[in-house]
Amino acid sequence: MAVLLSKKSRVLVQGITGHQGQFHTRAMLDFGTKVVAGVTPGKGGTKVEGVPVFDGVREAVHRRRANASIIFVPAAYAKDAAIEAIEAGLKLVVIITERIPFHDCLEVMPLARSRGCVVIGPNCPGLASPGQAKMGIMPNQLFKEGDAGVISRSGTLTYEIVNAMTEAGFGQTTCIGIGGDPIIGTSMVDALAMFQKDRKTKRIVVVGEIGGTAEEEAADFIERRVTKPVVAYVAGRTAPPGKRMGHAGAIIQGNRGTAESKVKAFEAAGVPVAEYPVGIPRLLAAT
Amino acid sequence: MKFLEYKAKEIFARYRIPVPQGVVAASPADILDPPLPCMVKAQVLVGGRGKAGGIKAAESLDEARTVAGQILGMDIHGFRVKQVYLEERLDIGQELYLGVTIDRSAREPLLMASAMGGIDIEAVPHDRIYMEHIPTVVGIQPYLVRSLLKQLALPKEVGDQIASIVGHVYDLFRKEDAELVEINPLVVTKAGGVVAGDAKLVIDDNAEYRHPEYANLDQDRTPLEQEAHDKGITFIQLDGDIGVIANGAGLTMATLDILGLKGGRGGTFLDLGGTDDPGKVKQAFEILIEAAPSVILLNIFGGITKADTVALGVKQALEEMHTKIPVVARIKGVNEAQAKEMLRSIGMYPAETVEEAAELAVKVKSGGP
Repeated sequence: MAVLLSKKSRVLVQGITGHQGQFHTRAMLDFGTKVVAGVTPGKGGTKVEGVPVFDGVREAVHRRRANASIIFVPAAYAKDAAIEAIEAGLKLVVIITERIPFHDCLEVMPLARSRGCVVIGPNCPGLASPGQAKMGIMPNQLFKEGDAGVISRSGTLTYEIVNAMTEAGFGQTTCIGIGGDPIIGTSMVDALAMFQKDRKTKRIVVVGEIGGTAEEEAADFIERRVTKPVVAYVAGRTAPPGKRMGHAGAIIQGNRGTAESKVKAFEAAGVPVAEYPVGIPRLLAAT
Repeated sequence: MKFLEYKAKEIFARYRIPVPQGVVAASPADILDPPLPCMVKAQVLVGGRGKAGGIKAAESLDEARTVAGQILGMDIHGFRVKQVYLEERLDIGQELYLGVTIDRSAREPLLMASAMGGIDIEAVPHDRIYMEHIPTVVGIQPYLVRSLLKQLALPKEVGDQIASIVGHVYDLFRKEDAELVEINPLVVTKAGGVVAGDAKLVIDDNAEYRHPEYANLDQDRTPLEQEAHDKGITFIQLDGDIGVIANGAGLTMATLDILGLKGGRGGTFLDLGGTDDPGKVKQAFEILIEAAPSVILLNIFGGITKADTVALGVKQALEEMHTKIPVVARIKGVNEAQAKEMLRSIGMYPAETVEEAAELAVKVKSGGP
């Protein structure tokens, strides 16, 4: 098994008729995902990669029994799309869209929580459970079934690390790209709790970066609640304060959010931190 | 988006947050009728200007012009002062702190206040700061204001004014898509009035499209960073000499770190994002070449991104710009072999891994390999 999604998940793609939506619908189908419906307002009745398209989420849920959604719609419409999915009763919503205003996320996240819906993202590569399903944009060929859970704030850096893991023989249960924004639906701690509970996951990889205090909170949680071995990488050791390093969340403000503080927190919690991204498999070998 | 004090105060005034009278000037000759006596304040997007000599008092028009002349052009922590704000001098009775920011962990706005204003909030002991989360959609409720006023222990007339200011601040925070609204100090005058002594405002860049009126504000970007921003390229100038370009923010950061471990120093952070459009790659390289690094380190991990089209963009940019800057490239992805061949054909240095590429970049920089 894996966390959050499985072979049985019935996935809906919001924004399926756009360039990204179409491309990744194909890739998700190839991964083995049950993509059962798409939604693009005004395009109901058409098909994308053989998947029926509807005008609204409720209709897609009613007609195709979708129970999870992945959102590719542009930033200005993403809040609307997410709330439509949450209010239609979906329990898992993955938001790929980047550059969504923070205040929109401040509205969406508490609503999701109150409805018992798990949101992944925004500004994230999504979820992949090898051998099960994928709701995301990660390249299919990187993954291999295994017993490591991966949690990451970034995209391509995750691909680099997952690739190195797969090459070294460490497969994955699920890879969760939690996203690079300040306001995200599923925190590092939330994801750690999921992997701690999941019976198939035997070890956990955390890929952090500068900005905020998610890694420090994760380290504290690991110390108190996680019995499985955890290894980590932290990006941004050479980043200067006050500059946003691409991700909206990756900025050192005052003395908060430095890589040094994060590495220290992990090490104090008994989590070895790799110097290089490709150093992760070596640390895993020792777990 | 960061705002200079005078600009933030203009916005404050629109939200009925009381601010002192003031005029902005870019040269002493611009100063005609300042409120007197006044404080002449350097307008820079950085803290600590008071200690750096960027805030001075003036009693008369002549003195205001003289002082403004001294402050204009000053360098404050790397920022040149281009404007001064001449503001009515306040008869300060007490200095408070009031702020609303986003608490990432709680995913909610955080209301902060303290009776110890006028100093950096980070320096205020934790038990002297009032902090409560605001449920985003419902906003400020009366109980929040009651508990805030209780902790600050202020007389009723002052408390009433602060209650209304708190409401206006949250209104501004929400409607303007702010990441931070901070008033430090929030001044209680000897006459019992409450007014914003300073104003710090940061608005979410992602919400820029909802606030087109702020599109042309001067930000703390270098000219080249501004040019990149206008072209939609994520680019930051750093103090090293090796131009780093990669795809994805995390990977770009990691590439800079790896370069550091290998003894090099990154001079740029350029995130190519998910594109493999040769035109866009070319545009990014043009910015990078303008930054004049001694060597360029390119790191592409393309699961979906096509390696050969990225290489094509690199080739076109280098040829068109007639540059002699060497490029060390690690490109992984679809059509990787063709990409390497293309780079080799124009005298570039392909590498298998990032570590190898970083080592090579350091060597090439110092005259090798």
